[in-house]
Parts: sequence; structure tokens; C-alpha cells
Amino acid sequence: MASTIFDKSRATRRAKAQHPTLASSPELPSKFLRTEQPMLPEVSELQAVRHFTNLARRNFSIDTHFYPLGSCTMKYNPRGAHRAAMQEGFLQRHPLTPASHSQGTLACLYELQETLQTVTGTAQVCLTPMAGAQGELTGALMIKAYHADHGDTERNEIIVPTAAHGTNPATASMAGLVAKEVQVNAEGDVDLHSLEQVVGPKTAGVMLTNPSTCAVFERKIETISDIVHGAGGLLYYDGANLNAILGRARPGDMQFDVLHLNLHKTFATPHGGGGPGAGPVGANELLAPYLPTPLVAKDENGYRWVEQEERPHSIGRLSAFMGNVGILLRAYAYALMLGRDGMRRVSEFATLNANYLMQRLADAGFELPYPNRRATHEFTISLRREAHETTVTAMDFAKRLLDYGFHAPTTYFPLLIPECFLIEPTETETKEELDAFADAMIAILKESHDNPAYVKQAPHQQSIGRLDEVQAVRKLDVTAIPS
Amino acid sequence: MPFIPHTEQDVAEMLAALGIASAEELFDEIPRSLQCDGLDGIADGISEMSMLNLMRARAKNDETGTCFLGAGCYDHHIPAAVWDIASRGEFLTAYTPYQAEASQGTLQLVYEFQTMLASLAGMDVANASVYDGASALAEAILMAVRIQRRAKSKRVLVPGALHPTYLATVKTIVSQQGIEVDLLPMQEGVVPTANLNIDDAVAVVVQQPNFFGLLEDADAITDAAHTAGALLIGVVNPMTLAMLKPPGAWGSKGADIACGDGQPLGIPMASGGPSFGFLCSRLANVRQLPGRIAGRTTDPNGNEGFVLTLQAREQHIRRAKATSNICTNQGLLVTAATIYLTLLGPHGLRAVANTCHRNSHHLVDRLTSFEGVTKRFDQPFFHECVLDFDRSTSTLQQTMLEQGILAGYPLEGLIENGERAMLVCATETRTEADIERYCEVFANG
Repeated sequence: MASTIFDKSRATRRAKAQHPTLASSPELPSKFLRTEQPMLPEVSELQAVRHFTNLARRNFSIDTHFYPLGSCTMKYNPRGAHRAAMQEGFLQRHPLTPASHSQGTLACLYELQETLQTVTGTAQVCLTPMAGAQGELTGALMIKAYHADHGDTERNEIIVPTAAHGTNPATASMAGLVAKEVQVNAEGDVDLHSLEQVVGPKTAGVMLTNPSTCAVFERKIETISDIVHGAGGLLYYDGANLNAILGRARPGDMQFDVLHLNLHKTFATPHGGGGPGAGPVGANELLAPYLPTPLVAKDENGYRWVEQEERPHSIGRLSAFMGNVGILLRAYAYALMLGRDGMRRVSEFATLNANYLMQRLADAGFELPYPNRRATHEFTISLRREAHETTVTAMDFAKRLLDYGFHAPTTYFPLLIPECFLIEPTETETKEELDAFADAMIAILKESHDNPAYVKQAPHQQSIGRLDEVQAVRKLDVTAIPS
Repeated sequence: MPFIPHTEQDVAEMLAALGIASAEELFDEIPRSLQCDGLDGIADGISEMSMLNLMRARAKNDETGTCFLGAGCYDHHIPAAVWDIASRGEFLTAYTPYQAEASQGTLQLVYEFQTMLASLAGMDVANASVYDGASALAEAILMAVRIQRRAKSKRVLVPGALHPTYLATVKTIVSQQGIEVDLLPMQEGVVPTANLNIDDAVAVVVQQPNFFGLLEDADAITDAAHTAGALLIGVVNPMTLAMLKPPGAWGSKGADIACGDGQPLGIPMASGGPSFGFLCSRLANVRQLPGRIAGRTTDPNGNEGFVLTLQAREQHIRRAKATSNICTNQGLLVTAATIYLTLLGPHGLRAVANTCHRNSHHLVDRLTSFEGVTKRFDQPFFHECVLDFDRSTSTLQQTMLEQGILAGYPLEGLIENGERAMLVCATETRTEADIERYCEVFANG
């Protein structure tokens, strides 16, 4: 039985070392004051520490388990980068401290801008978007602003592949654009015929991931770019899969006009159980004037903020201050340690690991949706044959993998591959770990034939059995507040 | 090779299994014309020791001294246990809890967080966070417009004393959905409640305390909004809610949506981010709430556990029709805030709020005892206050910074005659001696 922190609470118990003594303060009129006590726990410091330590132990994480979550790049998060950002001077810096007394932070941010410009092949990078989805929104707004500035107000369609991540069409809607789908062919590439049919005078742009969400490299990217640019549209690059090509191919060279990176993926900042991330946006000369603010500039007096007044075309602000600076500092520290050669090795070993694991699973009889293609930094398998023969689905496989001590890969994505696993081992895993994962998949395959019911009831060795998600919606229980 | 574990033998075995001579062959699907040989302009990698030496020096450079600056980001005491536990690898290096059985720690914590935030705000439900307070307000406005989708207008009213960068962020994010953002009138730093004209607006925003630290007549504005058929969105500082009336209790029916920034709850100032935004609502509108929500359910043996619920609102299911495009949120900061609120409890949080209120009033009393320093507004304030000085406040700020005091936020361009105005703040971390030193440096400056 899950005992919540509220079950441990006893009225008037306090962790007194944590707060000042309640003293008299100037009176406020009663209409401004609270009358009922909020439902916060009343526990001792030890109870709090023990409760949350025990909760931590009920999580899988990169630090405890192989976590091959496709498209999320769950690589090792270097402790040194964490330590660097947790320096007192960084933690205690108020965001509105004048630039004259913030040169240390600004130097890091400026150099990170420069590094990311080089990595992506763009003219200018803005660091402020706080996650990939906010980066996407930034890009969509910039594309819209560019067309508006050129009197092209009819361009309200953004093209996304059928296999795209859900944030792409959701972003289009938020930006007031209409998402139009383009088909993906049997080899996992964008179908050029379909693309030619969907582009036209209403095309604002196209959003692509490369390698794509089908986990293969978009080989005809130069042709795609010609078709879209030829129709007057712009190209947006979703940087979710940049780990695959770091240091060896650049979105700017592929003629993308604007892009975002996920620093919590490629630049190894911790995912934090759901966030925070950081989604810097880069643009070519054409779109750079539309980047959000603030940016960091360097002149003879040192580093300084660049705000809206200096950037009349900017789409504006995206956060109260400067986005997730703490994450940017970690990414900068990681980039310093990798350096030029280290970056290239990231893509080399991420790709080697993915291809090796794909080969092992193919040898064991798992179906590859794109058997003639290389894996990139990740790959897909389809469990539709197993589901048909044994009724054991991709979800059942995923739950059973937990019992073998592995976090499950991404399941049922991309949507167009039935019973799909999207598997991303990352460059920081050993060959032994990959072999152990392949062995577990082979063992579960055997179990699926021998005792499918057992696999379908997995997990068996976790702190909790398979949870009823349908009941969670029907009998909605989202707070412990007594009704 | 930092962070890459492969031995030469591993590589040889892996290449042999793949039937290739070099890993370079794995990139043969990338057209040659698009391949670069390396990243010119990026330096060679350095060791952890060298990196830390550089970062320590840069961090040291930015240590400024005693902080009397608020304006949306506050210097509070953070109990040692908060980040000791939040930095545990199991919280730090997990991701979104899609596999519930492998993520019970994060999911239960989010459920407990939702309870604490909803209760603090006097609302029914809370989500698992959005990016920050400014983007939370933008999401709250989009949510209100969705709830009011049958209304004729898409006009939203915001107070004149709304945090300026919140307003700027809202404008960027909601600009392309045909939403009009208009300012309510301002008198004496607050929204005047007599004859308030809501007209056809679908939502009204109240920030409490407002950007100038003043307390708005939230009850009257809430009732006026509801009478006109508009929804009421409260933007609040969660720390102050230990003392101040929560949005859920404003007016006769309470606010419909409450949002804000969670930084005061155990998050270091850290240049303003990462922090987290929170969003609370009434149960009736939970399906319009964006972002992740954890819910309690059971396993086949009747054991209670937690899952992500109502996922049909979200982008990975609903795609173009999702409530928001948000995916990654600010989970780790939610972890820290939940531990913080647990350690403080209702009494401790009230003591923090009370001490912030008292210290700020003490600071203002001391400063206004100097000739030429006056309060701009004769209104109740919580823990920030606009003072007018007899000199340029940007110059004053620079002078005092040289003496190790971050004196406040100069308001040039943000308020009428702002060149000599400054927003000052004293949290519970400022001592009597800190305040006396402020006065001493000011008197000599």
C-alpha cells in the first residue's frame, strides 16, 4: 500500500530547524488574509528525508539502470557538469543583477551560443527556449513572422511527416498554423511525390527531424529542401536526434533555416524525472533577426544582454528571465569536456552501439521495419508477429523488461510502425550492457511462447504490479485533498 | 574518450558482428556533400579538473553580496535536505514516468505535489508543472479561452501592474491565436474596482501581490469578472499563500485558474532558471488543463500506485488538437519544491511569509526615515515596495553593488517617473544587521 506523506502527518509536528520563528508583523486588512490552513504535511526532518529517499528508490534512472528510451537520448549525465552549475556564485545570482556583475555567467552563455552555432552550422543561436517544444514554437513563430514581413500572409500550413513527434503538430496549432501531413515511404524516407503534392502557395514551412523519427537518415534531404524552398516555404529542423550526427553533419549545411536542439538529450543534462530541459534555437542569416530575446553579445566592454529594443524583428520573450540558465551551464561544461573530437566520437559510438544492438536483435529473429537501412543512433523493431502468434504485445514486452532490470524502450512510437519499440542505447553504454539487453529480449521471446499469460501480467518483480490506467481516468484521484 | 566505455577489443568485436571494417561505414547513408570532417572553431576537450577550475572562477566572479532584489525571483533559505535528496541519481537522471511501474517514486511525488499546490491555492487540481511563471500565465490564458470557446470575443484583461516580462511572454505565446490582451486601468498602483468595465472579455487576470508588491482587491475584481461572464485567473507567489487569501477563496466564487512561479519554494535564484510554473484549476475544467497530471489507481492485487492520467489531453496522443505542445516540463524543480513544502509544513511556510512581510516593512520604514526617500504608493504591500529616491536609481544600484549590496530593481521605463524609483525587497534571509548595513551604505553613498 502506497503510504503518502500525508498519511505520516500529525498535527503540530514540526521540522523547526527549517524556518524562522513566527513573530508579529504589521497588520494587513483581514480581507487579504487566509483563514484555512493549507494541506501541507506536518512531519519531522527525518520523516521527510526518509520518505523521499524511499520514493527515490522506487525509480528507474540512468544512474541505476540501462534506459534505452528511443528519441530521449538517456546517456550518462556527467557529475562534473552538475557540480559546475551548482557553484554558489551561479546558484545565488539574481537574474536581474546588472551585466557588469555577471560577466562569469554571461561568458559561459556567450561561448555556448558560439559552440552551438558551430555545431549546427547556423548564423546565430538564442539560448532562452526552455525545452524542445518551446524551441519548436519559437521556430514556428519565427517562420510566421518572416512570411508576414514579406507580405506572405496566406502561408498558414506547416508540413510534418506522418511519423513526426506529437509536439510538431501540437506546436503548429499553438502558432496558429495548420499541420499538413506528408507520407513516409516503405524505406522510412519522406515520400517525395507526397511532398510535391502537399507543398504550394499556402506552405509556410516543413518541420523535419533528421535522422527521422523512423530512426533512419533522411537521404533525400537536399531534394526536400529544394522542393520546399522552391515553393517559398522554410525548413525547420527538430534537433531531437542530433546525437546521431554530432560533429559529422550539420543541419545548416542541409539548408535548414531554423532549428532547435535538446540540450537534455545531446548535451547530457539530467532529465530530472520529466525536466527541466533547454531548447536553444539557431537560425540562418535570413531568420536570425526574428530570434527571441534576450541574447548575449560581446563588445569592447565585455558581455552584455541584448533585449527587444535592439531587435525590432524579434518574436519577443519566452520566459520571465533568461530560460533555464542552470541547464545551459551544465551543457556548456559538458561541451568543454568533450571538445571537438569528443563530439564526433559521440555520434560514432552512439551509432555503433545502435547498429550492434539492432544486429543482435535481428539475428534473434526480431522484425526490422526497415531491414535495408542502417540504424542511426537508434532503431525500431516491430513486435507485430509476436503479438499475432502469442498475444504478447509490445507493452507486455516493455513491462517484462523491467523485471530483467532494464527500463523499457519507447513503445508505440512512431505510430505508423505496429507494435513498435524505438531503441536508443546511447554511446555511454558498454557492450556487456547491450548484450545483456539482447539476451533479455531473447528470453522474453521464449517466455512469450512458453507462458504468454505470465508475460502479459508483468511486471512481477517491481514494487507494484501493472497499474490500471483506465480506472485512473474513470475514478479520477489526482490529489489527497478530502472531498 | 570522455564517457565512452569501449575498449579496442569491444570495437573489434562489434565491427566483426556487423561485418564492417570501420564505424565510419555506418554513416554511408549521409550524402558525402553533407558530411563535415569536424567542427572547426571548437577547442580540444579538457579534463573535469580544468573545466571545474574555469567554472569556479566564473561563478566566483558573479558573487555580488546581499540581495534586496526581488521582482519575481527571491532569495529564500533552502533547507540542506532539499537538494541533497533532489540531486539523488534516481530523481536527477530519470525521465518522464511513462513506464509507471518503474517510476513510482516520481509519480507519487508528483501526486503529493499536486495536493500541496492545489491546497495552497485553494483549488481542486494542479498539474505537474510548466516551464515558469510567465509561460504558466500564457498557458492559463489559452486554457481560459478554450473553456470559453463559445464566447464571441477572445479578449483577455490583464492588470497594469502585471510583471512586465510576464506580459511580454504572454504576448509572444498567445499572439498567433487571435487573442487580444488589453490592460485594465491602474490607479495608485492597483486596479481600481469602482465601475470596472469587463465588457466582453473572456478572462480577467489578477496578480497578487502585483509587480509593485501591492495587494489588489482580488475579491472585488473576481466578483466583477464573474458577473460579466468572464473567468478569473490568479497569478500568485505560492510562498505568500501561507498568509494571504488563496485564489480559490477570492470573491464569492473564487478564481477559476491559479498559476505562478514556484521559485520561492526551495529553488535557488540561479539566474532565474530553471524554476517551474504551476497551474491549478477547478475539477470541472481538468480536461482543459495542459501538461502532465499524476493520478492514483490500483494494480491487479488492489495495491495502490500512481500513473500519468488524462493523457488524451496531451500532444503525444492528441497531436494537433492537444491542450498544449508541452512535453518536457520542470520535474526536478517540482521534486525540490515538494521536499521543501514537506520540511516547512503549514506552520513553517507561514513563518517564512510572516518574516518576509515583517522584514520588508522594516526595511521600508528605515529607508523612508531618510530625507528624500518616500513610498510611491499608500497601499498595503506584502514583501516588496516601490520607493522614490532623490537620485537616479540605476546609479544608486551600481554604487551600492560596489559595496556588496544588490539594492533593488530600478524601475526606469517600467513606471511613470521611474528614473528615481526602485522596487526593494527583504526576505526572511535578511537580518537586522543586513538592513542596517543597507542604510549605512546608502547614507554614505
